[in-house]
Amino acid sequence: MDRSATSPSALTGVVRGNGDAVFATIVRCAAALILLGLGGMVAVMAWGARGAFATFGPAFIVDKAWNPVTQHFGAAAPVFGTLVTALLAVALAVPLAFGIAVWLTEIASARIAGVIGTLIQLLAAVPSIIFGMWGFAVLVPFMAHYVEPFAGHTLGRVPGIGPLFRGAPYGTGFLTGGMILAVMITPFISAVMRDVFLSMPAVLKESAYGLGMTRWEVVRRIILPWSRTSVVGGIMLGLGRALGETMAITFVIGNANHIGWSLFSPGNTIASLIALEFPESAMGSLKFSSLMAAGFLLMLISLGTLVCSRLLLRTRAAGR
Amino acid sequence: MAGRENTTAVATAAPCASGRWQGNSLSDMRRRMVDRVATGLCWLATVLVLLMLFSILFVLVRNGLGGLRWVTFVHVTLPPGQGGGLANAIVGSLIQTGLAVLIGAPVGLLVGIYLAEFTATDGRFINLVRFVSDLLLSAPSILVGLFIYMIVVVPTGHFSGMAGALALSMLVVPVVVRTTEDMLRLVPLSMREAAIALGAPRWRVILFVCLRAARDGVATGILLALARVSGETAPLLFTSLGNMNWSVSPAAPMASLPVTIYQYAGAAYEDWTALAWTGALLITAGILMINITVRLGLGRNRK
Repeated sequence: MDRSATSPSALTGVVRGNGDAVFATIVRCAAALILLGLGGMVAVMAWGARGAFATFGPAFIVDKAWNPVTQHFGAAAPVFGTLVTALLAVALAVPLAFGIAVWLTEIASARIAGVIGTLIQLLAAVPSIIFGMWGFAVLVPFMAHYVEPFAGHTLGRVPGIGPLFRGAPYGTGFLTGGMILAVMITPFISAVMRDVFLSMPAVLKESAYGLGMTRWEVVRRIILPWSRTSVVGGIMLGLGRALGETMAITFVIGNANHIGWSLFSPGNTIASLIALEFPESAMGSLKFSSLMAAGFLLMLISLGTLVCSRLLLRTRAAGR
Repeated sequence: MAGRENTTAVATAAPCASGRWQGNSLSDMRRRMVDRVATGLCWLATVLVLLMLFSILFVLVRNGLGGLRWVTFVHVTLPPGQGGGLANAIVGSLIQTGLAVLIGAPVGLLVGIYLAEFTATDGRFINLVRFVSDLLLSAPSILVGLFIYMIVVVPTGHFSGMAGALALSMLVVPVVVRTTEDMLRLVPLSMREAAIALGAPRWRVILFVCLRAARDGVATGILLALARVSGETAPLLFTSLGNMNWSVSPAAPMASLPVTIYQYAGAAYEDWTALAWTGALLITAGILMINITVRLGLGRNRK
């Protein structure tokens, strides 16, 4: 960096021009580095995946097999697991996050909301591997001993949705994975929701209260319509996080390449498949390439989600 | 939700927002009932998530506190049953996160400056960079590990602490970019104008006036980035790999707390799982401490 120009700069007009040009170049290079980082990630994944796509073609995405012995690989099971756990997580997290955001902005006093809001944000700072260990030590036994047998005997007998809740109560599986992810992404979604709710012009709410609306009616008919775009953006942001999460899910998903109706059955996600199998795959082998291809798919899925989320959040920010 | 019955009991602090003047028609009672139930569910959601946080902290302390002995900090990881510690993992984590911040924070700072200060000249490109930086902020961290594996570990031919630090630095950058840009935007225009009127060139205005005014916020961002990457496991699995022996060389495979926790947590040996919990307690305590300090500091500045 051009820090040598410590002399009073007013005297050195030429140096001033140079300094600005040099500085502008440096920061532009740094900015280009960011683009290079993401572009490089996509390109390197695609390059590493070329072997798998050349061998299996587009059928790789819908092929259920993952068999190192016969050298036959397909990404359907981990893609299925990734989507199911992430969508379950969002389905569980959205009501929680919404409730928290409403509680923080409309129900609690500002002082208490500050403290509780901070505590909830601390949950977002806990590393994902800790969630994994907690899930394995607390949630898995709880699910195996109480929730899953109970749900199997009751919900499992309901026609229509029954198959979702049948199966051996291992404790690990799609539902447990989705629950862990839900706890992890709830703070993110509720933070986005809270910020939007707070940014709403108070006069809109005040006039609604003035007309005699109850608090819930204000939330339902004034706040929610006003903030819908950003709320959906926040949910997509949470979904994006859930899709790419590795360590938490690796502990509780059960790691079986499996597609099925039961939410209790062990499964796999792309991220946990890579975490577990990548160390055992030789560079240049078909398995290596298939793992890269799965990573490439994960990249596309999560970037697609995040792009939607950012576009939704930006529309609101621009319109404000 | 299963809690629908017991929520009305919780909803005590919910004075009805609608006035009494409406009378007591049936629809009013229904509306008030719905409001009560909704309020109760909001309480329930908040309490439930707080319970999760406390449950995690409780389990960490219960399982990890026993291992907080002197030996844990001075012994390196050993085969099961030989009373090993976590010294190499702790030092490895410190080195790698330190290097990651040293590499990532300057880049993040520069990009943040670019996003905040150069909007007048290259607005389009800036929007793209901000967008991509936000994408990187939530990109799957395991893919960052794969990326560094392909561009650093494969060409150099071996795993290394430096590769781990590089992977982590890719996660540091977007966090620092975000906070730096936000903080620079808070610097009042009059300060810039005053400095420019005194004849300072733009780069000096930015570095020595704006950045200095935004110093606290920027430091906060760097600390938060440090806290975020110190718990990251996935990017380190294929980059620094882990190391059972004492090693402080960034050119060699290096142990780290998260990876050691990951390896030990699934082990069948009791002393290893105990160490994993202790490591988990250490790392969580450190991260939460940084977060709490930062938030308290921010709160004070705002007042």
